[in-house]
Amino acid sequence: MKELNQMTLVFDARSVNESFARVTAAAFLSQLDPTLQEIAEIKTIVSEAVTNCIVHGYGDQPGTVRLKVQIYEGRKIRITVRDRGKGISDIPQAMTPCFTTGNEDRAGMGFSIMQGFSDRIRVRSLPGKGTTVVMDKYIGGRDERSSL
Amino acid sequence: MITYETTEGILTVSILGEIDHHTAAGLRTEIDGIIKKHSPLCLILDFSKVDFCDSSGIALVLGRYRLMRSLGGSVELTGLAGNVSHIFEMADLKKIVTIH
Repeated sequence: MKELNQMTLVFDARSVNESFARVTAAAFLSQLDPTLQEIAEIKTIVSEAVTNCIVHGYGDQPGTVRLKVQIYEGRKIRITVRDRGKGISDIPQAMTPCFTTGNEDRAGMGFSIMQGFSDRIRVRSLPGKGTTVVMDKYIGGRDERSSL
Repeated sequence: MITYETTEGILTVSILGEIDHHTAAGLRTEIDGIIKKHSPLCLILDFSKVDFCDSSGIALVLGRYRLMRSLGGSVELTGLAGNVSHIFEMADLKKIVTIH
C-alpha cells in the first residue's frame, strides 16, 4: 500500500510530552478529516503508547521516544511508537488486561485500549533493547458520517 | 484541576481538563486530600468537564475506590460521555462503582 504522507517526532521521555505527542498526531491526521470520535481514539492510543515508553520503557531514566505517523492509500494510518528502554520479556503477559508492572496508580489497561481503538496492533520488543508498538487504523472521516 | 462541594456526607468532585499519566498524580493528591479532610460517605466523581482521558483515568477511579472502601464509603461516577464512557466500559468499572 502506497504511503501518501508521514511525520516523525522525537522527544524526551517526560510525562509533560504525552499531551504534546497526542495533540501533534491528531493535528497531522486532521488532513483526513476524521470524526471527533476518531480523533479521540487516535489521541488515546498515542497517549497510551507514549506513556508506556515513559513509565515502563525508561522508568525514571532519561531517554527519547520516537513517534511516527504515516498515511496510506485507502485512508489507512499507521502509528509507530518506539523507545530504547528496558523492553518487555513477556509480551502476551504485558498485553493481558489489568496486568501492570507499574504501581497501583496504573490500571494495566493500556494495551487493551490500544487494541480496542486500533484495527491492528503489533508489539516488538527485546529486553534491554526497547519496544516498538505499531498500530494500524482506518479513518472513515466525513465519508463515513455522510453515509450514516 | 478540580472543583468540589460537600453536602451531608456526599463529596462531589468535578474534574476539569485532561486526565493522563502526567496530570493524574496531581489529581490523586488533590482528591485524596479532600477525602481525608471531609471523610465523606460517598464520593461522586464528575467527568462532564473532562476533555481527554486515557487509562490513567481508570487507575484514578480504582485508587479512589480503594481509599473510599477503606474508609467505609462508596464511589459514584457521573458525566461520562464519548471516549471517557467507552474507556470505562472497557475496564468494566460498573462492577465496583455506580455509574449515572
